[in-house]
Amino acid sequence: MKRIGVFVCHCGSNIAHTVDCKQVADEAAAMPGVVHAQEYKYMCSEPGQVLIQEAVKEHNLDGYVVTACSPRMHETTFRKCAGRCGLNPYMVEQVNIREHCSWVHADKEAGTEKAIDLMRMGVAKVLKNEPLKAATIPMTKRALVIGAGIAGIQAALDIADNGFPVTLLDREHSIGGRMAQIDKTFPTLDCSACILTPKMVEVAQHPNVELMTYAEVESVGGFIGSFDVTIRKKARYVDTKRCTGCGACIQKCPSKVPSEFEMEMGPRKSIYVPFPQAVPNKPVIDAPHCRYLQTGKCGICKKICPTDAIRFDDQDEVVTERFGTIVVATGYQQFDISAYEEYGGGRIPDVITGMHLERLLNASGPTSGKIKRPSDGKEPKNIVFIKCVGSRDEAKNRPYCSKTCCMYVAKQATLLKEKLPASKSYIFYMDVRTGGKNYEEFYRRTQVDYDGHYIRGRVSKIFQVGDRLIVRGDDSLLGRPVEIEADLVVLAAGMDPQHDARELARTLGIAYDAHGWYTEAHPKLKPVETQTGGIFLAGACQGPKDIPDSVAQGSAAAVKASALLTKTELTGEPMIAQCNEAMCSGCGLCVTICPYKAITRQPKQERIHGKMRERMVSTINSGLCQGCGACTVACPSSAMNMGGFSDEQIMAEVDALCQR
Amino acid sequence: MRYGYYPGCSLTGTGIEYGLSADAVIRHLNMDMKEIRDWNCCGASSAHNHDPLLSIALPARNLALAEQQGFREVAVPCAACYQRIKAAEVAARDPLKRREMEEVIEEELSGAIVARSLLEIMVHDIDDSALAAQIRRPLQGLKVACYYGCLLVKPRAIAMDEAENPMTMDHLMERLGATPVEWGYKTECCGGSLTLTRPDTGVQMTAEVLKYAKLAGADCVVTPCPLCTSNLDMRQGTAEKKLGRSLGLPIYYFTELMGFAFGLPMKTLGLDRHFVEATGLLQSLPVPASG
Repeated sequence: MKRIGVFVCHCGSNIAHTVDCKQVADEAAAMPGVVHAQEYKYMCSEPGQVLIQEAVKEHNLDGYVVTACSPRMHETTFRKCAGRCGLNPYMVEQVNIREHCSWVHADKEAGTEKAIDLMRMGVAKVLKNEPLKAATIPMTKRALVIGAGIAGIQAALDIADNGFPVTLLDREHSIGGRMAQIDKTFPTLDCSACILTPKMVEVAQHPNVELMTYAEVESVGGFIGSFDVTIRKKARYVDTKRCTGCGACIQKCPSKVPSEFEMEMGPRKSIYVPFPQAVPNKPVIDAPHCRYLQTGKCGICKKICPTDAIRFDDQDEVVTERFGTIVVATGYQQFDISAYEEYGGGRIPDVITGMHLERLLNASGPTSGKIKRPSDGKEPKNIVFIKCVGSRDEAKNRPYCSKTCCMYVAKQATLLKEKLPASKSYIFYMDVRTGGKNYEEFYRRTQVDYDGHYIRGRVSKIFQVGDRLIVRGDDSLLGRPVEIEADLVVLAAGMDPQHDARELARTLGIAYDAHGWYTEAHPKLKPVETQTGGIFLAGACQGPKDIPDSVAQGSAAAVKASALLTKTELTGEPMIAQCNEAMCSGCGLCVTICPYKAITRQPKQERIHGKMRERMVSTINSGLCQGCGACTVACPSSAMNMGGFSDEQIMAEVDALCQR
Repeated sequence: MRYGYYPGCSLTGTGIEYGLSADAVIRHLNMDMKEIRDWNCCGASSAHNHDPLLSIALPARNLALAEQQGFREVAVPCAACYQRIKAAEVAARDPLKRREMEEVIEEELSGAIVARSLLEIMVHDIDDSALAAQIRRPLQGLKVACYYGCLLVKPRAIAMDEAENPMTMDHLMERLGATPVEWGYKTECCGGSLTLTRPDTGVQMTAEVLKYAKLAGADCVVTPCPLCTSNLDMRQGTAEKKLGRSLGLPIYYFTELMGFAFGLPMKTLGLDRHFVEATGLLQSLPVPASG
């Protein structure tokens, strides 16, 4: 019989105050197979681990059980501890008597009894444990960054600077993302484009970076080390190799369309670049609005192009490429204000969003930086800002804070006062949240030096009377209603996940929360990792973020990705399905049930009664198997077993629980 | 029979024009609608201030009667009655509450019958072409401020339309040929019963509604609510004094405008019973060339 040790952790008083740890250890010592049982205050601590290692040597243990916190917390700790004293790490079982026992019970006697039951199951299981060895998987030394906003650009640059090839993909035809639309940045008021465009150029010219714009991820197969990504490169109708970006076609194109980049406040052409500093600075044709592609009449761009770069017969191209790791940096979209009927729901032309004002403030925007309100082009005098539109509002299913609005409103109020000294900004707020370096100081300047009039309270209604907007709200500090006649109202619209964020998450196999923000592997300690190995997160796709945070996260994700890329191979997970080919009937049930497409049916040659026979058996791809266990349950002949969770081990646990 | 008609008390009293015009329009459109026999008070205003169970049990009896008399839906012209009867219908979806109500009224409720405002029935159940075929005097050039009040659209559980910017009546007016104005007071309070208990506050609220209708360029206001109409019509004189300006805004029920557009006589519709003279404006509308 195997020689087993049991180590009971107090976790300070976390466990000990509801579980009599000594009694658990005593009960353990009396179990057959257990040759050593011991309690200690903190098993995970350095002395705790030394204590385990010494006991392994002294008692010549074949395996051990640690009754402590959740395996999610410390399983790796205790497995590594076994490895250091020469035991196979999979000869260790961690039993959870904290989250599953002491934390959820109050009665010490009952708690102790339950802890003993759980411990007995652990012992029964570890007696059946077998040493497991992980397979290795190869690493493709190439990274994919999805989304080329500031977070994605930063991640791509850092990976490239670390010496690895990286593909930077964006569905728009220029990189730059939302930051390219912003006029100036808080709290320094430096021009957004002036700090972004050098980075855009740098990433485009980097020898290790391949830009893939106007392209979307269609499907992702494979796993960490070798993701096979299918990408649709959308038809541009312009041969980028021939095009010099001279812009003659744009000038002559007769078809005007509201520009998405300018928040539809200005026109663009059907053949266009979204903004002057776009990278790559080569136009594409917007097929649904192109006269030639719709009616077959026009073709002026083709006639005028000096390098014959127009390709009306261009088609989407679908390619599949292999990457070792993926950084997801798909960003956010602005909340759609039509949900706020009380603010006009987008029907009142002079009720605009923060991003609209960015474009109005911008010197290269639709008004060349002159503040003109959309309805009649008049210069506004009274401006009302409303914060938390689409943030911190449970009625709109947006309970979260969008984090950036407090600062961008302060910034915009400052810029408006600089441009229009006679104007007055009224800012309705719920709280002013300015956590960030130099943020609070900036906000104070907006109030004190730039005459920003902050009113604490919500606006209940905005309506038009003639060419004025009546804004009704509540001043909750003075406890009375407020009415302001405004010329322009700016709704500080919050951040939403991209409309198709969930779809991409499912394609990638990563998790997202109730709103569609991507979920990090640990809220504090693994902020850029996902639960899926080899896929990292950067920027606002994970939750609302400002520029500094997005850049920091871009760099963090790049470090994580680069660390993977330095390896030539990775150690896989040994707790995966195993097929006992002697018992496998080749029915193929497991093949259809496997969510990771890790099982195939393959022929097997066998000698039976002296004759060679061929029959079908299931074979598992150890790189694809995630150890979910679906096949082991489905298998009618019990040929499928999980490493570390065999039928025998689980039945032993059940027996241990029932025999008491 | 599809609709059980629940007139309520206002439609024979303060809101008699509503009663007359609704009757006339329903008859004219030959709708599958009949008054519920032995209906009782919906409990509006007083019951729900007094006792929550009473406030749903009273209207629930009307639902039960309608069911027994074989109606599938209850058509409610008065906004206050609609609010109460709808509240009973919503409450009846909870089996516990339903049992409680059944015990009080000593009638059975299946929970299947639906209460609907006459306004939504007119807009959603009568198709465009059927309505268009009836129009003899389109309301060409008439600028109307559609005023819904609070009872049809709040709270959300009983609302027949969006609370901030309802459009049901606007669509109906467009189909009659009128031009609804864009304004911000569609669902602001008319002053309700404050005009009796706190006249100063109440009249101020009435005056605000009328002021913004006028500022929006409306020739008249159209409503689906007898209480709103009383305030806007009967107290318009007081409101004018308060505002220091004359308004002269006729207040119509949507059924009156429907009836007028159908070519029914003004007297039948009760248009001669208004406080603010209401016939002149309609008579001044351009008469269509033929038909």
